[in-house]
Amino acid sequence: MNQSTVTSKRTPLFDTHKSLGAKLIDFGGWSMPVDYGSITEEHLAVRTAAGLFDVSHMGEIEILGPQALELVQKVTSNDAARLKDGAAQYTALTYPEGSAVDDCVVHRLEEHRYLFCVNAANTEKDFEWMSGHNDLNAEVRNVSEDYAQLALQGPRAKEIISPLVEVDLSSLRYYNFVFTRCSGVECLLARTGYSGEDGFEVYLPPSDSVRLWNTLLDQGREAGLLPAGLGARNTLRLEAGYPLYGHELDETISLLEAGLGWICKLQKESFIGKEALLRQKKEGLQRRLVGLEMKSRAIARDGYPLYVGEKRVGAVTSGSVAPFLKKNIALAYVPVEVSEVGTSLEVGIRARRETARIVPLPFYKRHK
Amino acid sequence: MYPQELYYTKQHEWIRVDADTGTIGITDYAQNALGDIVYVELPAAGEVVTAKESFGTVESVKAVSDVYAPVSGKILAANGKLQDSPELLNSDPHGEAWLLRIQLGDRSEIDPLLSADQYEAYLKEEEGNK
Repeated sequence: MNQSTVTSKRTPLFDTHKSLGAKLIDFGGWSMPVDYGSITEEHLAVRTAAGLFDVSHMGEIEILGPQALELVQKVTSNDAARLKDGAAQYTALTYPEGSAVDDCVVHRLEEHRYLFCVNAANTEKDFEWMSGHNDLNAEVRNVSEDYAQLALQGPRAKEIISPLVEVDLSSLRYYNFVFTRCSGVECLLARTGYSGEDGFEVYLPPSDSVRLWNTLLDQGREAGLLPAGLGARNTLRLEAGYPLYGHELDETISLLEAGLGWICKLQKESFIGKEALLRQKKEGLQRRLVGLEMKSRAIARDGYPLYVGEKRVGAVTSGSVAPFLKKNIALAYVPVEVSEVGTSLEVGIRARRETARIVPLPFYKRHK
Repeated sequence: MYPQELYYTKQHEWIRVDADTGTIGITDYAQNALGDIVYVELPAAGEVVTAKESFGTVESVKAVSDVYAPVSGKILAANGKLQDSPELLNSDPHGEAWLLRIQLGDRSEIDPLLSADQYEAYLKEEEGNK
Protein backbone atom coordinates (compact mmCIF):
# COMPACT_ATOMS: atom_id res chain seq x y z
CA MET A 1 0.00 0.00 0.00
CA ASN A 2 1.31 3.37 -0.87
CA GLN A 3 1.06 5.90 1.90
CA SER A 4 3.68 8.36 0.74
CA THR A 5 1.19 10.92 -0.51
CA VAL A 6 1.98 13.41 2.26
CA THR A 7 4.66 15.42 0.46
CA SER A 8 3.37 14.85 -3.07
CA LYS A 9 2.28 17.73 -5.27
CA ARG A 10 -1.40 17.92 -6.17
CA THR A 11 -3.03 18.82 -9.45
CA PRO A 12 -6.02 21.24 -9.35
CA LEU A 13 -8.23 18.14 -9.78
CA PHE A 14 -7.04 16.40 -6.59
CA ASP A 15 -10.33 16.87 -4.71
CA THR A 16 -12.32 15.97 -7.82
CA HIS A 17 -10.47 12.65 -8.06
CA LYS A 18 -11.11 11.93 -4.39
CA SER A 19 -14.81 12.60 -4.75
CA LEU A 20 -14.90 10.21 -7.75
CA GLY A 21 -13.44 7.50 -5.50
CA ALA A 22 -9.99 7.42 -7.10
CA LYS A 23 -7.13 5.47 -5.59
CA LEU A 24 -4.23 7.88 -5.35
CA ILE A 25 -0.56 6.99 -5.69
CA ASP A 26 2.67 8.91 -5.83
CA PHE A 27 3.96 9.23 -9.38
CA GLY A 28 6.97 11.38 -10.21
CA GLY A 29 6.43 13.42 -7.05
CA TRP A 30 2.72 13.92 -7.72
CA SER A 31 -0.31 12.45 -6.01
CA MET A 32 -2.21 11.04 -8.98
CA PRO A 33 -5.23 8.77 -9.52
CA VAL A 34 -4.14 5.23 -10.45
CA ASP A 35 -7.76 4.19 -11.08
CA TYR A 36 -11.34 5.05 -10.22
CA GLY A 37 -12.25 1.43 -9.42
CA SER A 38 -11.09 -0.72 -12.31
CA ILE A 39 -8.05 -0.32 -14.55
CA THR A 40 -9.53 -2.94 -16.89
CA GLU A 41 -12.82 -1.07 -17.37
CA GLU A 42 -11.04 2.24 -17.89
CA HIS A 43 -8.66 0.65 -20.40
CA LEU A 44 -11.54 -0.90 -22.36
CA ALA A 45 -13.47 2.37 -22.31
CA VAL A 46 -10.54 4.09 -24.05
CA ARG A 47 -10.28 1.33 -26.68
CA THR A 48 -14.03 1.20 -27.41
CA ALA A 49 -15.45 4.62 -26.43
CA ALA A 50 -13.35 7.20 -24.55
CA GLY A 51 -11.49 7.97 -21.34
CA LEU A 52 -10.64 11.26 -19.64
CA PHE A 53 -7.26 11.57 -17.94
CA ASP A 54 -5.89 14.28 -15.68
CA VAL A 55 -2.31 14.68 -16.89
CA SER A 56 -1.66 18.01 -15.21
CA HIS A 57 1.49 16.55 -13.66
CA MET A 58 3.22 16.74 -17.05
CA GLY A 59 5.76 19.56 -17.30
CA GLU A 60 5.70 22.41 -19.80
CA ILE A 61 8.80 24.30 -20.91
CA GLU A 62 8.93 27.14 -23.43
CA ILE A 63 11.83 28.20 -25.62
CA LEU A 64 11.38 31.73 -27.00
CA GLY A 65 13.13 34.38 -29.02
CA PRO A 66 14.82 34.77 -32.42
CA GLN A 67 17.27 31.97 -31.49
CA ALA A 68 14.53 29.62 -30.26
CA LEU A 69 14.63 27.23 -33.23
CA GLU A 70 18.42 27.05 -33.10
CA LEU A 71 18.32 25.98 -29.44
CA VAL A 72 15.52 23.48 -30.04
CA GLN A 73 17.53 21.98 -32.91
CA LYS A 74 20.63 21.76 -30.74
CA VAL A 75 19.04 19.92 -27.79
CA THR A 76 16.61 17.60 -29.62
CA SER A 77 17.08 14.67 -32.00
CA ASN A 78 14.10 15.25 -34.31
CA ASP A 79 14.01 18.05 -36.89
CA ALA A 80 11.95 20.93 -35.50
CA ALA A 81 12.65 22.99 -38.64
CA ARG A 82 9.93 20.92 -40.31
CA LEU A 83 7.29 22.27 -37.93
CA LYS A 84 4.85 24.94 -39.06
CA ASP A 85 2.78 27.01 -36.61
CA GLY A 86 0.19 24.66 -35.10
CA ALA A 87 2.22 21.49 -35.59
CA ALA A 88 3.74 19.23 -32.94
CA GLN A 89 6.44 16.58 -33.03
CA TYR A 90 7.51 13.66 -30.84
CA THR A 91 11.19 14.11 -30.04
CA ALA A 92 13.90 13.50 -27.45
CA LEU A 93 16.30 15.69 -25.52
CA THR A 94 19.59 13.92 -26.02
CA TYR A 95 22.82 13.29 -24.12
CA PRO A 96 26.13 13.28 -26.04
CA GLU A 97 26.03 9.44 -25.75
CA GLY A 98 22.84 9.27 -27.86
CA SER A 99 20.59 8.43 -24.91
CA ALA A 100 17.58 10.43 -23.74
CA VAL A 101 17.50 13.18 -21.14
CA ASP A 102 13.76 12.85 -21.73
CA ASP A 103 11.26 12.05 -24.46
CA CYS A 104 8.76 14.80 -25.13
CA VAL A 105 6.43 16.54 -27.56
CA VAL A 106 7.44 19.92 -28.98
CA HIS A 107 4.79 22.33 -30.32
CA ARG A 108 5.57 25.28 -32.56
CA LEU A 109 3.31 27.99 -31.11
CA GLU A 110 4.68 30.70 -33.42
CA GLU A 111 7.86 31.36 -35.35
CA HIS A 112 9.99 32.16 -32.30
CA ARG A 113 8.12 30.23 -29.64
CA TYR A 114 8.16 26.48 -28.89
CA LEU A 115 6.32 24.63 -26.13
CA PHE A 116 7.63 21.31 -24.81
CA CYS A 117 5.45 18.85 -22.94
CA VAL A 118 7.82 16.75 -20.80
CA ASN A 119 7.62 13.94 -18.24
CA ALA A 120 6.63 15.20 -14.79
CA ALA A 121 9.59 13.68 -12.95
CA ASN A 122 12.03 15.09 -15.51
CA THR A 123 10.78 18.67 -15.67
CA GLU A 124 13.50 20.23 -13.51
CA LYS A 125 16.23 18.14 -15.14
CA ASP A 126 15.03 19.07 -18.63
CA PHE A 127 14.81 22.76 -17.76
CA GLU A 128 18.37 22.70 -16.35
CA TRP A 129 19.61 20.81 -19.40
CA MET A 130 18.04 23.24 -21.90
CA SER A 131 19.19 26.26 -19.91
CA GLY A 132 22.70 24.81 -19.52
CA HIS A 133 23.06 24.45 -23.30
CA ASN A 134 21.55 27.83 -24.06
CA ASP A 135 24.60 29.75 -25.29
CA LEU A 136 22.38 31.17 -28.04
CA ASN A 137 20.56 33.90 -26.15
CA ALA A 138 17.19 32.18 -26.43
CA GLU A 139 14.86 32.33 -23.44
CA VAL A 140 14.02 29.09 -21.60
CA ARG A 141 11.06 29.18 -19.24
CA ASN A 142 9.56 26.50 -17.02
CA VAL A 143 5.87 27.29 -17.45
CA SER A 144 4.52 24.10 -15.83
CA GLU A 145 2.59 26.10 -13.23
CA ASP A 146 0.65 27.89 -15.97
CA TYR A 147 -0.97 24.72 -17.29
CA ALA A 148 -3.31 21.99 -16.28
CA GLN A 149 -3.68 19.27 -18.89
CA LEU A 150 -6.56 16.92 -19.70
CA ALA A 151 -6.31 14.04 -22.15
CA LEU A 152 -9.50 12.85 -23.84
CA GLN A 153 -8.65 9.60 -25.61
CA GLY A 154 -10.62 7.04 -27.58
CA PRO A 155 -12.51 6.45 -30.83
CA ARG A 156 -15.42 8.62 -29.62
CA ALA A 157 -13.23 11.49 -28.31
CA LYS A 158 -13.86 13.64 -31.37
CA GLU A 159 -17.65 13.43 -31.24
CA ILE A 160 -17.59 14.15 -27.48
CA ILE A 161 -15.46 17.29 -27.64
CA SER A 162 -16.63 18.66 -31.01
CA PRO A 163 -19.80 20.40 -29.72
CA LEU A 164 -17.72 22.21 -27.08
CA VAL A 165 -15.13 23.79 -29.37
CA GLU A 166 -15.30 26.58 -31.93
CA VAL A 167 -13.26 24.84 -34.62
CA ASP A 168 -13.99 22.04 -37.06
CA LEU A 169 -11.97 19.12 -35.68
CA SER A 170 -12.22 17.21 -38.96
CA SER A 171 -9.54 19.55 -40.28
CA LEU A 172 -7.30 19.12 -37.21
CA ARG A 173 -4.89 16.36 -38.16
CA TYR A 174 -2.97 14.04 -35.83
CA TYR A 175 -0.05 15.88 -34.16
CA ASN A 176 -1.53 19.29 -34.99
CA PHE A 177 -3.06 21.75 -32.52
CA VAL A 178 -5.14 24.92 -32.37
CA PHE A 179 -5.74 27.70 -29.89
CA THR A 180 -9.46 27.70 -29.22
CA ARG A 181 -12.09 27.85 -26.53
CA CYS A 182 -13.41 24.60 -25.15
CA SER A 183 -16.69 25.17 -23.31
CA GLY A 184 -15.60 28.80 -23.01
CA VAL A 185 -12.15 27.95 -21.61
CA GLU A 186 -9.15 29.35 -23.51
CA CYS A 187 -6.93 26.41 -24.34
CA LEU A 188 -4.40 24.78 -26.60
CA LEU A 189 -6.14 21.77 -28.12
CA ALA A 190 -3.79 19.19 -29.60
CA ARG A 191 -4.68 16.02 -31.46
CA THR A 192 -2.11 13.96 -29.60
CA GLY A 193 -2.04 11.27 -26.94
CA TYR A 194 -0.36 8.31 -25.27
CA SER A 195 -3.06 5.66 -25.57
CA GLY A 196 -2.77 4.31 -29.12
CA GLU A 197 -6.19 5.80 -29.95
CA ASP A 198 -7.38 8.97 -31.59
CA GLY A 199 -7.75 11.73 -29.03
CA PHE A 200 -6.96 15.18 -27.76
CA GLU A 201 -4.76 16.79 -25.16
CA VAL A 202 -6.08 20.06 -23.75
CA TYR A 203 -3.63 22.52 -22.18
CA LEU A 204 -5.57 25.02 -20.08
CA PRO A 205 -5.32 27.38 -17.09
CA PRO A 206 -5.32 25.38 -13.82
CA SER A 207 -8.20 27.50 -12.48
CA ASP A 208 -10.49 26.28 -15.30
CA SER A 209 -9.58 22.61 -15.12
CA VAL A 210 -12.25 21.36 -12.69
CA ARG A 211 -15.02 23.01 -14.70
CA LEU A 212 -13.81 21.60 -18.04
CA TRP A 213 -13.25 18.14 -16.50
CA ASN A 214 -16.85 18.04 -15.26
CA THR A 215 -18.22 19.41 -18.54
CA LEU A 216 -16.37 16.78 -20.56
CA LEU A 217 -17.52 13.95 -18.27
CA ASP A 218 -21.15 15.11 -18.63
CA GLN A 219 -20.81 15.57 -22.37
CA GLY A 220 -19.35 12.08 -22.85
CA ARG A 221 -21.49 10.09 -20.44
CA GLU A 222 -23.88 8.71 -23.06
CA ALA A 223 -21.00 7.79 -25.35
CA GLY A 224 -19.45 5.69 -22.56
CA LEU A 225 -16.74 8.11 -21.44
CA LEU A 226 -15.08 7.16 -18.13
CA PRO A 227 -12.54 9.00 -16.00
CA ALA A 228 -9.31 7.02 -16.33
CA GLY A 229 -6.19 6.91 -14.18
CA LEU A 230 -2.48 6.30 -14.58
CA GLY A 231 -3.02 2.53 -14.33
CA ALA A 232 -4.94 2.46 -17.60
CA ARG A 233 -2.62 5.08 -19.09
CA ASN A 234 0.24 2.63 -18.51
CA THR A 235 -1.48 -0.50 -19.87
CA LEU A 236 -2.74 1.46 -22.89
CA ARG A 237 0.70 2.81 -23.79
CA LEU A 238 2.21 -0.64 -23.27
CA GLU A 239 -0.26 -2.26 -25.70
CA ALA A 240 0.55 0.54 -28.16
CA GLY A 241 4.30 -0.17 -27.67
CA TYR A 242 5.13 3.36 -26.51
CA PRO A 243 8.21 3.76 -24.31
CA LEU A 244 7.98 5.18 -20.78
CA TYR A 245 10.92 7.16 -19.45
CA GLY A 246 12.58 5.33 -16.55
CA HIS A 247 11.59 1.99 -18.07
CA GLU A 248 12.37 1.77 -21.80
CA LEU A 249 14.36 5.01 -21.80
CA ASP A 250 17.05 6.38 -19.52
CA GLU A 251 20.55 7.88 -19.68
CA THR A 252 22.13 4.48 -20.46
CA ILE A 253 19.87 3.47 -23.37
CA SER A 254 20.53 4.67 -26.91
CA LEU A 255 17.54 6.00 -28.83
CA LEU A 256 18.45 3.55 -31.60
CA GLU A 257 18.27 0.60 -29.19
CA ALA A 258 14.85 1.88 -28.10
CA GLY A 259 13.57 1.69 -31.68
CA LEU A 260 13.40 5.49 -31.86
CA GLY A 261 15.67 5.88 -34.87
CA TRP A 262 12.71 7.54 -36.60
CA ILE A 263 13.03 10.58 -34.30
CA CYS A 264 16.81 10.79 -34.82
CA LYS A 265 17.30 12.99 -37.88
CA LEU A 266 20.96 12.28 -38.50
CA GLN A 267 21.06 14.45 -41.61
CA LYS A 268 20.32 17.47 -39.39
CA GLU A 269 23.30 19.83 -39.28
CA SER A 270 24.15 19.14 -35.67
CA PHE A 271 22.59 18.24 -32.34
CA ILE A 272 23.82 16.89 -29.02
CA GLY A 273 24.34 13.15 -29.44
CA LYS A 274 24.45 13.12 -33.23
CA GLU A 275 28.04 11.81 -33.49
CA ALA A 276 27.35 8.99 -31.03
CA LEU A 277 24.17 7.97 -32.86
CA LEU A 278 25.98 8.02 -36.24
CA ARG A 279 28.73 5.84 -34.78
CA GLN A 280 26.23 3.38 -33.26
CA LYS A 281 24.42 3.17 -36.56
CA LYS A 282 27.66 2.42 -38.39
CA GLU A 283 28.99 -0.09 -35.86
CA GLY A 284 25.65 -1.81 -35.23
CA LEU A 285 23.68 -2.23 -32.01
CA GLN A 286 24.39 -4.65 -29.18
CA ARG A 287 20.83 -4.86 -27.91
CA ARG A 288 17.36 -3.91 -29.01
CA LEU A 289 13.91 -3.33 -27.53
CA VAL A 290 11.53 -6.21 -28.23
CA GLY A 291 7.93 -7.12 -27.48
CA LEU A 292 7.26 -10.33 -25.58
CA GLU A 293 4.12 -12.39 -25.28
CA MET A 294 3.85 -14.92 -22.44
CA LYS A 295 2.84 -18.46 -23.37
CA SER A 296 1.28 -19.19 -19.97
CA ARG A 297 -0.96 -17.08 -17.73
CA ALA A 298 2.04 -15.90 -15.72
CA ILE A 299 2.72 -12.16 -15.88
CA ALA A 300 6.18 -10.75 -16.56
CA ARG A 301 6.76 -7.65 -14.45
CA ASP A 302 9.28 -4.81 -14.55
CA GLY A 303 12.74 -6.03 -13.62
CA TYR A 304 12.15 -9.78 -14.05
CA PRO A 305 15.23 -11.44 -15.61
CA LEU A 306 15.29 -12.98 -19.10
CA TYR A 307 17.20 -16.14 -20.02
CA VAL A 308 18.27 -18.08 -23.07
CA GLY A 309 19.13 -21.50 -21.63
CA GLU A 310 21.12 -20.77 -18.48
CA LYS A 311 22.43 -17.45 -19.75
CA ARG A 312 20.87 -14.27 -18.45
CA VAL A 313 20.37 -12.01 -21.44
CA GLY A 314 18.34 -9.07 -20.16
CA ALA A 315 15.41 -7.92 -18.09
CA VAL A 316 11.82 -6.88 -18.54
CA THR A 317 11.42 -3.09 -18.62
CA SER A 318 7.58 -3.05 -18.54
CA GLY A 319 5.22 -5.99 -18.19
CA SER A 320 1.52 -6.41 -17.54
CA VAL A 321 -1.66 -8.02 -18.62
CA ALA A 322 -2.97 -6.38 -21.79
CA PRO A 323 -6.64 -5.82 -20.96
CA PHE A 324 -7.84 -5.30 -24.55
CA LEU A 325 -5.65 -7.94 -26.23
CA LYS A 326 -6.27 -10.36 -23.34
CA LYS A 327 -2.65 -11.47 -23.39
CA ASN A 328 0.27 -11.05 -21.04
CA ILE A 329 2.84 -8.81 -22.68
CA ALA A 330 6.14 -7.15 -21.88
CA LEU A 331 8.85 -4.93 -23.29
CA ALA A 332 12.50 -5.87 -22.78
CA TYR A 333 16.02 -5.25 -24.04
CA VAL A 334 17.76 -8.33 -25.42
CA PRO A 335 21.00 -8.89 -27.38
CA VAL A 336 20.44 -8.47 -31.13
CA GLU A 337 21.41 -12.15 -31.73
CA VAL A 338 18.25 -13.24 -29.90
CA SER A 339 15.96 -10.37 -30.91
CA GLU A 340 14.27 -11.88 -33.97
CA VAL A 341 10.47 -12.15 -33.98
CA GLY A 342 9.53 -15.73 -33.10
CA THR A 343 12.50 -16.32 -30.77
CA SER A 344 11.59 -18.04 -27.50
CA LEU A 345 13.05 -16.73 -24.24
CA GLU A 346 12.46 -17.58 -20.61
CA VAL A 347 11.32 -15.13 -17.97
CA GLY A 348 12.37 -15.72 -14.36
CA ILE A 349 9.20 -15.37 -12.29
CA ARG A 350 9.89 -15.99 -8.62
CA ALA A 351 11.36 -19.53 -8.47
CA ARG A 352 10.16 -20.55 -11.93
CA ARG A 353 10.92 -20.00 -15.60
CA GLU A 354 8.08 -19.19 -17.96
CA THR A 355 8.33 -19.14 -21.75
CA ALA A 356 7.83 -15.94 -23.72
CA ARG A 357 7.97 -15.41 -27.46
CA ILE A 358 9.20 -12.31 -29.26
CA VAL A 359 6.34 -10.72 -31.21
CA PRO A 360 6.24 -7.69 -33.53
CA LEU A 361 5.75 -4.20 -32.04
CA PRO A 362 3.38 -2.56 -31.47
CA PHE A 363 1.23 -5.18 -29.78
CA TYR A 364 -1.85 -3.11 -30.66
CA LYS A 365 -2.55 -0.81 -33.59
CA ARG A 366 -5.89 0.90 -34.06
CA HIS A 367 -7.83 0.69 -37.32
CA LYS A 368 -7.90 4.13 -38.89
CA MET B 1 -18.91 -6.12 5.85
CA TYR B 2 -16.47 -8.40 7.71
CA PRO B 3 -18.07 -11.71 8.79
CA GLN B 4 -17.99 -12.22 12.57
CA GLU B 5 -17.04 -15.91 12.32
CA LEU B 6 -13.71 -15.23 10.60
CA TYR B 7 -10.34 -14.32 12.12
CA TYR B 8 -8.17 -11.67 10.46
CA THR B 9 -4.53 -10.61 10.12
CA LYS B 10 -2.99 -7.17 9.71
CA GLN B 11 -1.69 -8.37 6.32
CA HIS B 12 -5.36 -8.62 5.28
CA GLU B 13 -5.88 -12.38 5.22
CA TRP B 14 -8.77 -14.21 6.90
CA ILE B 15 -9.24 -17.74 8.23
CA ARG B 16 -12.42 -19.67 8.97
CA VAL B 17 -12.04 -22.49 11.51
CA ASP B 18 -14.27 -25.58 11.31
CA ALA B 19 -13.10 -28.23 13.79
CA ASP B 20 -9.61 -29.24 12.50
CA THR B 21 -9.92 -27.49 9.16
CA GLY B 22 -9.01 -23.92 8.34
CA THR B 23 -10.09 -22.04 5.19
CA ILE B 24 -7.84 -19.11 4.21
CA GLY B 25 -8.51 -16.11 1.97
CA ILE B 26 -7.80 -12.42 1.50
CA THR B 27 -10.08 -9.70 2.82
CA ASP B 28 -12.37 -7.32 1.01
CA TYR B 29 -9.97 -4.52 1.93
CA ALA B 30 -7.12 -6.42 0.23
CA GLN B 31 -9.01 -7.07 -3.00
CA ASN B 32 -10.13 -3.46 -3.15
CA ALA B 33 -6.61 -2.16 -2.58
CA LEU B 34 -5.23 -4.47 -5.29
CA GLY B 35 -7.87 -3.67 -7.90
CA ASP B 36 -8.73 -6.00 -10.80
CA ILE B 37 -7.22 -9.38 -9.88
CA VAL B 38 -5.93 -11.25 -12.91
CA TYR B 39 -3.70 -14.09 -11.68
CA VAL B 40 -3.37 -16.26 -8.59
CA GLU B 41 -0.49 -18.59 -7.77
CA LEU B 42 -1.07 -21.16 -5.01
CA PRO B 43 0.83 -24.17 -3.65
CA ALA B 44 -0.55 -27.70 -4.17
CA ALA B 45 -2.38 -29.98 -1.75
CA GLY B 46 0.04 -31.88 0.46
CA GLU B 47 2.44 -28.98 0.91
CA VAL B 48 2.78 -27.24 4.25
CA VAL B 49 2.22 -23.57 5.09
CA THR B 50 3.84 -21.82 8.05
CA ALA B 51 2.26 -19.03 10.07
CA LYS B 52 3.32 -15.54 8.93
CA GLU B 53 5.16 -16.91 5.89
CA SER B 54 4.23 -16.21 2.29
CA PHE B 55 2.52 -19.14 0.55
CA GLY B 56 1.45 -17.62 -2.74
CA THR B 57 0.83 -14.53 -4.81
CA VAL B 58 -2.20 -12.61 -5.96
CA GLU B 59 -1.68 -10.31 -8.95
CA SER B 60 -3.80 -7.41 -10.07
CA VAL B 61 -3.32 -5.46 -13.29
CA LYS B 62 -0.89 -3.15 -11.52
CA ALA B 63 0.78 -5.15 -8.76
CA VAL B 64 2.00 -8.45 -7.36
CA SER B 65 1.11 -9.15 -3.74
CA ASP B 66 2.34 -11.95 -1.46
CA VAL B 67 -0.20 -13.80 0.65
CA TYR B 68 0.78 -14.89 4.18
CA ALA B 69 -0.53 -17.84 6.15
CA PRO B 70 -2.44 -16.76 9.29
CA VAL B 71 -1.56 -20.11 10.92
CA SER B 72 0.47 -23.23 10.10
CA GLY B 73 -0.89 -26.43 8.59
CA LYS B 74 -0.92 -28.98 5.81
CA ILE B 75 -2.74 -28.04 2.63
CA LEU B 76 -5.87 -30.12 1.95
CA ALA B 77 -6.94 -28.20 -1.14
CA ALA B 78 -6.21 -25.08 -3.17
CA ASN B 79 -9.13 -23.34 -4.85
CA GLY B 80 -8.84 -24.43 -8.48
CA LYS B 81 -11.60 -22.07 -9.62
CA LEU B 82 -9.25 -19.14 -9.20
CA GLN B 83 -7.00 -20.34 -12.03
CA ASP B 84 -9.66 -19.59 -14.64
CA SER B 85 -11.65 -17.00 -12.69
CA PRO B 86 -9.27 -14.92 -10.59
CA GLU B 87 -11.82 -12.06 -10.72
CA LEU B 88 -13.87 -14.02 -8.14
CA LEU B 89 -11.44 -12.55 -5.62
CA ASN B 90 -12.87 -9.11 -6.40
CA SER B 91 -16.51 -10.16 -6.24
CA ASP B 92 -16.59 -12.65 -3.34
CA PRO B 93 -13.34 -12.52 -1.34
CA HIS B 94 -14.82 -13.89 1.91
CA GLY B 95 -16.76 -16.71 0.24
CA GLU B 96 -16.36 -18.44 -3.10
CA ALA B 97 -12.85 -17.05 -3.64
CA TRP B 98 -11.15 -18.81 -0.72
CA LEU B 99 -7.51 -19.67 -1.43
CA LEU B 100 -6.56 -22.73 0.68
CA ARG B 101 -8.09 -25.37 2.95
CA ILE B 102 -5.61 -26.61 5.52
CA GLN B 103 -5.36 -29.18 8.25
CA LEU B 104 -4.75 -27.05 11.34
CA GLY B 105 -1.54 -27.68 13.24
CA ASP B 106 -1.09 -25.70 16.44
CA ARG B 107 -4.48 -24.21 17.36
CA SER B 108 -2.93 -21.68 19.75
CA GLU B 109 -1.75 -19.79 16.63
CA ILE B 110 -5.34 -18.63 16.23
CA ASP B 111 -5.38 -16.73 19.54
CA PRO B 112 -3.40 -13.64 18.42
CA LEU B 113 -5.52 -13.18 15.28
CA LEU B 114 -8.02 -10.31 15.08
CA SER B 115 -11.77 -10.55 15.45
CA ALA B 116 -13.96 -8.83 12.83
CA ASP B 117 -14.43 -5.83 15.14
CA GLN B 118 -10.71 -5.57 15.88
CA TYR B 119 -9.88 -5.81 12.17
CA GLU B 120 -12.33 -3.06 11.25
CA ALA B 121 -10.93 -0.88 14.01
CA TYR B 122 -7.42 -1.57 12.64
CA LEU B 123 -8.52 -0.54 9.12
CA LYS B 124 -9.99 2.72 10.47
CA GLU B 125 -6.77 3.47 12.30
CA GLU B 126 -4.71 2.81 9.13
CA GLU B 127 -7.01 5.03 7.10
CA GLY B 128 -6.52 7.80 9.67
CA ASN B 129 -2.73 7.54 9.33
CA LYS B 130 -2.82 8.31 5.62
